[in-house]
Amino acid sequence: MSGTLHAFTTEIPHWQPRVKPIDLTKASPAQRDALKVTPSNTKVSDYVLVLANDVETLKARTPLFNAIMYNRGGLGRAERELGAVGASVVNRCIYCAAVHASRYNQMTKGEAEMSRVFADGEAAELAPRQTAIFRFATRLSKTPSQATEADMRVLRDAGLSDEEILDLILSAALFGWANRLMHTLGDPVAREGEA
Amino acid sequence: MDARTDMGVIFENDVILRLAGIASEGAVAAALKGRADVVAMTGQAAAASLLPEEPGCLSHGERAALAVRVARLHEEAGLAAHYEVLMKRAAARGATAALADPTFKGGGDARLAALIAYTDRVALAPKDTVAGDIEALQAAGIADADIVRLAELVAFLAYQLRVIAGLRLMQATT
Repeated sequence: MSGTLHAFTTEIPHWQPRVKPIDLTKASPAQRDALKVTPSNTKVSDYVLVLANDVETLKARTPLFNAIMYNRGGLGRAERELGAVGASVVNRCIYCAAVHASRYNQMTKGEAEMSRVFADGEAAELAPRQTAIFRFATRLSKTPSQATEADMRVLRDAGLSDEEILDLILSAALFGWANRLMHTLGDPVAREGEA
Repeated sequence: MDARTDMGVIFENDVILRLAGIASEGAVAAALKGRADVVAMTGQAAAASLLPEEPGCLSHGERAALAVRVARLHEEAGLAAHYEVLMKRAAARGATAALADPTFKGGGDARLAALIAYTDRVALAPKDTVAGDIEALQAAGIADADIVRLAELVAFLAYQLRVIAGLRLMQATT
């Protein structure tokens, strides 16, 4: 597709599926049930309608996704987003990176860090704590994982508690999953007519 | 539900915690107890990916064999052994069992070759995937719903393998 985006951006693109989304008007009771537990009940995205082709995993994944990214305690929400961005940079999921970088920007009320991440990729230097988080997420996202005990010690030295480190592992790992769906089952395309 | 009892059951049975070598007491165990819901839901996602009630064109045997393959590609022998048990339970043999071997490329079967090509690329280098990878599955006669099933299986395994790798490092450095 000619409009497919290949460069990182914080402008959230359209997601153009490569496989057929289910037809909501013909959804089975199980599909309707799984779609009910998605974060946005009013407007079901093409992405979720594509995933509804496999209703059993969709039903298991949605509450797990929400728990890892939004449950109470542990790592702050912005830093979970940073873990998600680290994975998305390694896996080059332009759509996921746009969504989660822009959420990070909203939560931290700044754009400088994500500009650096998009410019310098895995080598991006942020504040020490954020660098430790981002670096760990990128290394864990390699195949096989390249995260080391030394990386773990850097996290601990940066002041992360066990609860925070656990949430970082989960959010980075979760995007190893999400990136492999979003980046393979569809294309990010520029929104036409929008600046 | 008694959260403590539930976590005790999870500690005994959960493959992720077992393979990561998580001690039943200590700082890592305490952190995991705070995320018992995530651990339990991860197990449910594994069941949905490996042993779905409606497997579509991807049989339980093929799913288990592909899971062994992906675990091997990640050099995670413990998880490969775990999924070999599922292969045996599903009585996987012949070309289905061969899927577990990363050197097997399909043996001339177009459908298996397409399943393998997608699995290997998305497991190892998801950044390199292109529209042609999905078109190749469609050209091999794999229905869109089954492409989503395959994508979910490979993607779930990527998550599970990274949770194991991360927890293992965490436990090793407490």
